[in-house]
Amino acid sequence: MTAPISELPAHPSRARSLARALGAPLVGGIMGLSIGAILVLLAGANVGEVYWAMLRGAFGGQRQITETFLKATPLLIVGLGLTVAFRARVWNIGGEGQFFMGALFGSVIALSFPNLPQPLLLMMMLMAAAIGGMLWALLAAYMKVRWNVNVIISTLMLNYIALFFVLYMARGPLQDPGGYLPESAQFVAAARMPHLFGTRIHLGVLLAFLLVPFVYVLLWSTPLGFRLRAVGSRASVARYAGINVERAILFVMGFSGALIGLAGIIEVSSLHTRLKGDISGGYGFTGILVALLGRMNPVGVAVASILFAALIIGAESMHVVSGLPDALADAIQAIIVLSVLAVDALVRRRQNR
Amino acid sequence: MTTTSPPIVQMRGIVKRFPGALANAGVDFDLLPGEIHALLGENGAGKTTLMNILYGLYMPDEGELRLYGQPVAFSSARDAIAHGLGMVHQHFMLVQTLTVSDNIILGQRSPRSPLLEDTKKVHQRLHALSERYGLAIDPAAELWKLSVGEQQRVEILKALYRGADILILDEPTAVLAPQEVDELLEILHRLTEEGKSIVFISHKLDEVLKTSDRITVLRDGKVVATVKPADVDKQMLARMMVGRDVLLTVAKGVAKPAEPRLRVIDLWANSDRNLPALRGINLEVRSGEILGIAGVAGNGQSELEEVIAGLRRETSGRVQICGQEATHSTPRQIGQMGLAHIPSDRYRMGLLPDFTVAENMFLQRIGDPPFTRRGFLNWNMIRSKAQELISAYNVRGATGDTTAGSLSGGNAQKMILARELTRNPKVLLAAQPTRGLDVSAVAYVHEQLVKQRDGGVAILLISTELDEILALSDRIAVLYEGEVVGVIDAANADINEIGLLMAGSKHMEHSEATA
Ligand SMILES: Nc1ncnc2c1ncn2[C@@H]1O[C@H](COP(=O)(O)OP(=O)(O)OP(=O)(O)O)[C@@H](O)[C@H]1O
Ligand SMILES: [Mg+2]
Repeated sequence: MTAPISELPAHPSRARSLARALGAPLVGGIMGLSIGAILVLLAGANVGEVYWAMLRGAFGGQRQITETFLKATPLLIVGLGLTVAFRARVWNIGGEGQFFMGALFGSVIALSFPNLPQPLLLMMMLMAAAIGGMLWALLAAYMKVRWNVNVIISTLMLNYIALFFVLYMARGPLQDPGGYLPESAQFVAAARMPHLFGTRIHLGVLLAFLLVPFVYVLLWSTPLGFRLRAVGSRASVARYAGINVERAILFVMGFSGALIGLAGIIEVSSLHTRLKGDISGGYGFTGILVALLGRMNPVGVAVASILFAALIIGAESMHVVSGLPDALADAIQAIIVLSVLAVDALVRRRQNR
Repeated sequence: MTTTSPPIVQMRGIVKRFPGALANAGVDFDLLPGEIHALLGENGAGKTTLMNILYGLYMPDEGELRLYGQPVAFSSARDAIAHGLGMVHQHFMLVQTLTVSDNIILGQRSPRSPLLEDTKKVHQRLHALSERYGLAIDPAAELWKLSVGEQQRVEILKALYRGADILILDEPTAVLAPQEVDELLEILHRLTEEGKSIVFISHKLDEVLKTSDRITVLRDGKVVATVKPADVDKQMLARMMVGRDVLLTVAKGVAKPAEPRLRVIDLWANSDRNLPALRGINLEVRSGEILGIAGVAGNGQSELEEVIAGLRRETSGRVQICGQEATHSTPRQIGQMGLAHIPSDRYRMGLLPDFTVAENMFLQRIGDPPFTRRGFLNWNMIRSKAQELISAYNVRGATGDTTAGSLSGGNAQKMILARELTRNPKVLLAAQPTRGLDVSAVAYVHEQLVKQRDGGVAILLISTELDEILALSDRIAVLYEGEVVGVIDAANADINEIGLLMAGSKHMEHSEATA
């Protein structure tokens, strides 16, 4: 059978949701920047200059673009992991904890086998990190399936346990024998993400962007993805249709935990090169915003992660150039998030009338 | 009514387009003060859409709306409520864990304080309203303790409390037992006597003819005619709705039952409230026969349905499908044993509203070939097969890519029917299969069920519509308080006897529904 080539993508509702996934962040972003402009004016600065500094800081040259992509990497991976969970309407707020556990598991490998050849060592680190994040997330999933414990609460609590456990490990069993700070020894060169194309772009960045089509295909082109989305759409109907809802919850939590764990070790091995307490910078939480702003569509999530990274990087350079406080950049970020969500809600209301 | 008082609602040339559907194509509609105005039409004719426009939920693309002669444009339902409109939707909008009065003041602005209403005053007002219109609702009752009929009256009370003079009821009788229907119609007359005006959507021609002052028939988004009940009869109304003659009864030959396919043995199960809802049910359905379960709603029908489908755990007893033990099986395993299931609750079980019609068509089979090949969904196949079913079962207003939630109620049911019947079932569990369907769709579904029966399928029909049970069943089992209180051969069924059994005032000695 020869399939006719249609102009439409195989599944138009996906195309529609894609357009929305891209459209809302753009329109909302512009709106947010306009409102932010008022704040800049109130702060007594020149709007054009400030935004120009931000834009240049984020995209002004190869070095800036590289920085933005490096920043986007953990956000993207976490956002993708959460997307899968959120699609099944499992509210994993435990990204932060899974990030730490991934970093911990991966670091243990990095510190224990410094003499392995690099490809093998990296592979083992990534695997261990995925397992660490997965186990941490599965703990919450198991409590949900077994005792119906609210996932939001359990994952949130597990965040604190993970953070303090990593702190303990970094100042106890894993502490650098030759140092005084609460941090592990530095990873050997073989345990760091190799750089690509002679830039600071590393293997982890590539991996993150390869995950975009992977998650997309998983959600929309496999029966498994269909089942997960069905559970998210209405669990009672999914059950009627013979879908094992409990198994779906376990899967999405394990999957999102694994991805987020990967983000943890990638960040540690590329940037910090040692395990310590301040490796995250809130990626587990910012990732929630990235997933929601990207409308839980992998392509949208990629756009949102770059947007977010650009804001963070751009804000730093705005701070340097104009001397405006960091807090202003944070405020502008928050305004943009709210505008995008508002525009999206508005668009949908329009469509339904 | 001979003196024509000016209409309080005038809708002129209303047009409403949806992507892929012209729901209203220039509708004129008048509501006179104090009348009950029935709105009739096939599934997807545009009745709900028209009323949603009147209630401010949708904006018309064209046309004019006048209230008491004044042009109005509602920007929201809140706006419409402020103008004295009230609507009871096809699906109730109530919070099960709250009391009646909390449900009613929910989302209301209180003049007294921003947060708290004076509950005592609210209770008093609700009591007074309930008395005045004979609603018999206790404002302090928790919602989940109320029957469907009572919850519906809570919706009416809510509208009245908010000062509604114009009430819209969208298929209010679809979910009611016959006796509850009579009570509701009584209440509607009470309301009009007190000066309220009512729009009443229904697919049941008998009650429309009995209750309404005028009837407007819609077809394909256009008004066919507005008539008085005295000038028409059921056959005429059906023809106006459909545009051709409709057979209102099914042609059905004699059943040729063969081997037993569904066996229910001494089945006990609890309800959601953990009270015994099934108390020792024995049933046997054979290949090539329809066993109808008659009974007033709430006597164990939904529990029986759910246990057989694997969605509820029995407390004791067994279920066998085609000789296999199905008692502790998952819905998926039960499906593989040959059971297809048309669920009574379309929105809680039957479909995913934000998924496309194509996705919904193959809900259970999407992971099997040919819909999945080498691990990947084959969207072209899914869509083209879905398109075939959409045409074969005449699901109106749908392409494979429309979301199931935007289908009209009746067309959503046709989609589910198409899905379940094409699974080539050995046993068909059909629960309220024609709820919310128009006359021709009912006839169509009945025809399909008889065809399945003649093809050797064993059908367990659970319906609270006695007419439907009588029209389709080969044998009838009457369910009362979780027990089968009688089994009757449909050939010599006596309606009075069934009525007595349903009311629980009679018990047959031999009450096993096994042949
Ligand atoms: N939100 C929506 N989006 C897209 N199409 C819609 C939407 N709502 C209704 N439609 C379409 O408009 C048409 C009229 O639907 P409507 O719900 O008004 O029918 P109805 O007369 O109430 O039918 P029923 O008796 O089955 O309830 C149908 O073809 C339906 O598919
Ligand atoms: Mg309707």
